[in-house]
Amino acid sequence: MVVAVDHEASGLSSSEYERKLAEFEARINRGEKIEPADWMPETYRKQLIRLIHVHANSEICGALPEGKWIPRAPTFKRKLALLAKVQDEVGHAQLLYRATETLGPTREQLVEDLISGRSKFSNVFHYPAETWADVAIIAWLIDGAAIVNQVMMSEGSYGPYARALKRICYEEAFHLKHGYEMCCVLARGTKVQRAMLQDALDRWWAPIMMFHGPSDKVSTHTELLVRWRIKLKTNDEQRQQFLRQFVPKMHDLKLKVPDPSLRFDKKSQQWLYDDPDWEEFKRVVCGGGPVTAERLEARRLAHVDGLWVREAMVAAAQNRPIPMPSPN
Amino acid sequence: MDKIETLDALTGATREAVVHLLYRMADDELIIGHRNSEWTGHAPILEADIAFSSMAQDEMGHAQAYYEILHALGERDPDTLAFGRKPREYRCASLVCLPKGDWGFSLIRQFLYDAAEQVRLTALAESSLVPLAQLTTKLRGEEKYHMMHGRTWVLRLGNATTESHAKMQAALDRAYPHALGLFEPTEFDETLAQAGVCTREEELQKQWESAVAPVLDDAGLEVPDSARPVFGGRVGKHPPELAELLNQMQMVYSIDPAAKW
Repeated sequence: MVVAVDHEASGLSSSEYERKLAEFEARINRGEKIEPADWMPETYRKQLIRLIHVHANSEICGALPEGKWIPRAPTFKRKLALLAKVQDEVGHAQLLYRATETLGPTREQLVEDLISGRSKFSNVFHYPAETWADVAIIAWLIDGAAIVNQVMMSEGSYGPYARALKRICYEEAFHLKHGYEMCCVLARGTKVQRAMLQDALDRWWAPIMMFHGPSDKVSTHTELLVRWRIKLKTNDEQRQQFLRQFVPKMHDLKLKVPDPSLRFDKKSQQWLYDDPDWEEFKRVVCGGGPVTAERLEARRLAHVDGLWVREAMVAAAQNRPIPMPSPN
Repeated sequence: MDKIETLDALTGATREAVVHLLYRMADDELIIGHRNSEWTGHAPILEADIAFSSMAQDEMGHAQAYYEILHALGERDPDTLAFGRKPREYRCASLVCLPKGDWGFSLIRQFLYDAAEQVRLTALAESSLVPLAQLTTKLRGEEKYHMMHGRTWVLRLGNATTESHAKMQAALDRAYPHALGLFEPTEFDETLAQAGVCTREEELQKQWESAVAPVLDDAGLEVPDSARPVFGGRVGKHPPELAELLNQMQMVYSIDPAAKW
């Protein structure tokens, strides 16, 4: 069906379309990267736009819960590290919007689709960061979950996205260390600090378990995405990898994972867990999360309040290009 | 002028004056860095967001470096100085305390502030107090890029559109009297000048005025005629916004100042 739709959109004869599609898939099978000017099926382009756009949105919306705590960070070390970390996330958004632009849409369209709610962002950023310990949990576990996904995606078939992800993964590795170190300090800190950390984990556990998306039992359109190397592992495979990597460390920190049925099954070599509430997931990513409206309002304000600045930049470039002043 | 080779060699009135100077500089840097960090995630374009976050990190890093010297001079540790004081104990100018306002205000404020910092750092690079001269020589390297950023933006927005011109002029009118407050005379100026540690404030102000005037002029912006400087910051009298800012900044720290965070 997909092929038929793409064929129609391509305006090519059947045999020509089949030939191009076979060539495209052969390149992917050889591990080559597809570049912006290369031929690609419409479904490939659309899926990538959707995927990278959601990723870009998630980076910029993800800057908000942590960004709120920059002015409240309790020491120089934390303030500087958190500011640098959130700046990285904004930088990732910039890289990813640029990667999305290579497939056709403009930045303006992409931003408007986000603030109007037409395009989505990651489920975890629809929840509030309520205490300082949330900052630690986000940087450790959400960035940790994101790395599992992004390392995989950096081997994907679309060149601009794969290259952006390579760079993003380097930076995320630092975020993970920063988050883990913050969690260690709180876990070994005062009674109040330990309670803050446990409370943050209790609230974030379910959203984190949903981070990699619905269970393979119900997740649709994975097969084509895998064939075109847009996606390289299923949602459940990613979730297992996350659990393998992080649950033992949570136990080391004497944190109690708020899922009584969570255990490692030696026979299947899998972590068993209570399925999170996938209805909640659907509701949240479709705009019904606890702070969805607040996040979109923050992005809308940045966009609307910045309109005069963007208009002035265009006018300035047209009227009188400003030479970069010399540093001396 | 005799060089003062080490901090230990500072004594009496000169030492007291240097401590006051360092508090002024450190507090200005901390608070403006804090204000600029409020843009992270909220700036008009992503590229500008990233640049402003970088500058905020630079300013806070400079604050930390000045607090380290204060600590070496017997004051409390940098975290306690930054996060553990009452509003009246801060010595920052009112310019840095004001809320971030719109993008035009934050840009103009940063431009006026960076120009003042550059003038001061240039003077301090020749300071008789060797450890301070060494540090400020290093910091000047970063400030150079802040000036490029500020000049580019002010020139770009100053006369691009009717709206951008109006917003930038309004921002300048509001910020300028507070920027003059960066040069509030203090009871320590004479001591610092006599010891060759730092140029007098009125002289720094003159240098600053000649640095900012041509850029503002090129940008089609007019320096307000009868701007009366807003003083008080150097003696601990601040606009109410500083107390609000500090409440937020000290919120987590004050849960348990003795804890490791």
